[in-house]
Amino acid sequence: MERDEVIYIIADDKDKVVAGGAPILIAPEEVERERLALYLSRILNAMVHDLENGVLILVKH
Amino acid sequence: MALPILVGVLVGILTRWLLLRIDYRQYPGYPHGYVTHLSLGLVAAFLGAAAIPATLTGQYTAVSFLALAAQQFRDIRNMERKSLEQLEETELVRRGPDYIEGIARVFESRNYLVILTALLTSGAIIFRGLTFGLGIALLWIIVSHYYMSGKRLGDIALVRPGRVHFARTLLYVDEVMIMEVGLKESREKLLKEGVGIILEPKDDNGRATLAQPGQRQAIVHDVAAIVGLKKDFGYPEFTPLIRLDIDTGRAAMILLPIEPDPEAVMEAIRRVPVLESAIRLPLKTLAGRKAAD
Repeated sequence: MERDEVIYIIADDKDKVVAGGAPILIAPEEVERERLALYLSRILNAMVHDLENGVLILVKH
Repeated sequence: MALPILVGVLVGILTRWLLLRIDYRQYPGYPHGYVTHLSLGLVAAFLGAAAIPATLTGQYTAVSFLALAAQQFRDIRNMERKSLEQLEETELVRRGPDYIEGIARVFESRNYLVILTALLTSGAIIFRGLTFGLGIALLWIIVSHYYMSGKRLGDIALVRPGRVHFARTLLYVDEVMIMEVGLKESREKLLKEGVGIILEPKDDNGRATLAQPGQRQAIVHDVAAIVGLKKDFGYPEFTPLIRLDIDTGRAAMILLPIEPDPEAVMEAIRRVPVLESAIRLPLKTLAGRKAAD
């Protein structure tokens, strides 16, 4: 089985993310985060998961 | 010697054709797929029908031809497996390896059935005359029909609608958690158009079978093929999913059908074949029965 992989991280505050294997986008506004997530999801065929602390991740399942 | 062989071949072909028709939903028979399998069926029927007459005239090598045939028909399994695996790449909802293996196995074994049918028929005609032979043929066709059509999901589980709801961003069907959906508009769409189904195993055998991931993938694939889904690349959150409630063994399914009619979806689920490789019978063991009570 292929491994699930985090391919993008969208956070509202850069202090919430230290680093990681995936590109990180910072967007303080919730509307903007939602929009970025939607675009990236459609572009990359990846699932958006909301960690509910202002951080969204895109995961390739 | 010509009559038994002729009748045997005809009956063999008839068997193959009848079994091919049961296939229809499992593996859409394109015209060319039909031709391939009918031709191989003809070869199988001929081999079977000729075996006994040939042996009677002293041609004992006829038996070794049957062995050769078995070898040949093993290739059918490979052929089917390869072509289905190739097609898997472009399936929006995959069949999964278990389903493919099941289909391939079925195609192989049906040719052996044809050989047997032809062999029995021509043998019966030689020893007991035409009417007896035809009777045997009819009986055998009915038996193979019954025997080879396997169980359906409706036999091992109760299928009923479930309530689709969200706890914040977590999608539930009844009390079973399915997945986390991050996009607000996807959550709204799933809430509005999603159909939730609960599969309740009838006993511990059913529970073990439902827990098999290959079986669940087969359910999802078949339902997608029959009722049609709102789904394309770029919409991973609309992929139909089945998740297990590990405490009760119930399976919950969410999907976004083109026609949001739970009745049609449930009917499709009930007719999904129980995969040979997914069948688990823990109740056949003492430990399984002890665990069940």
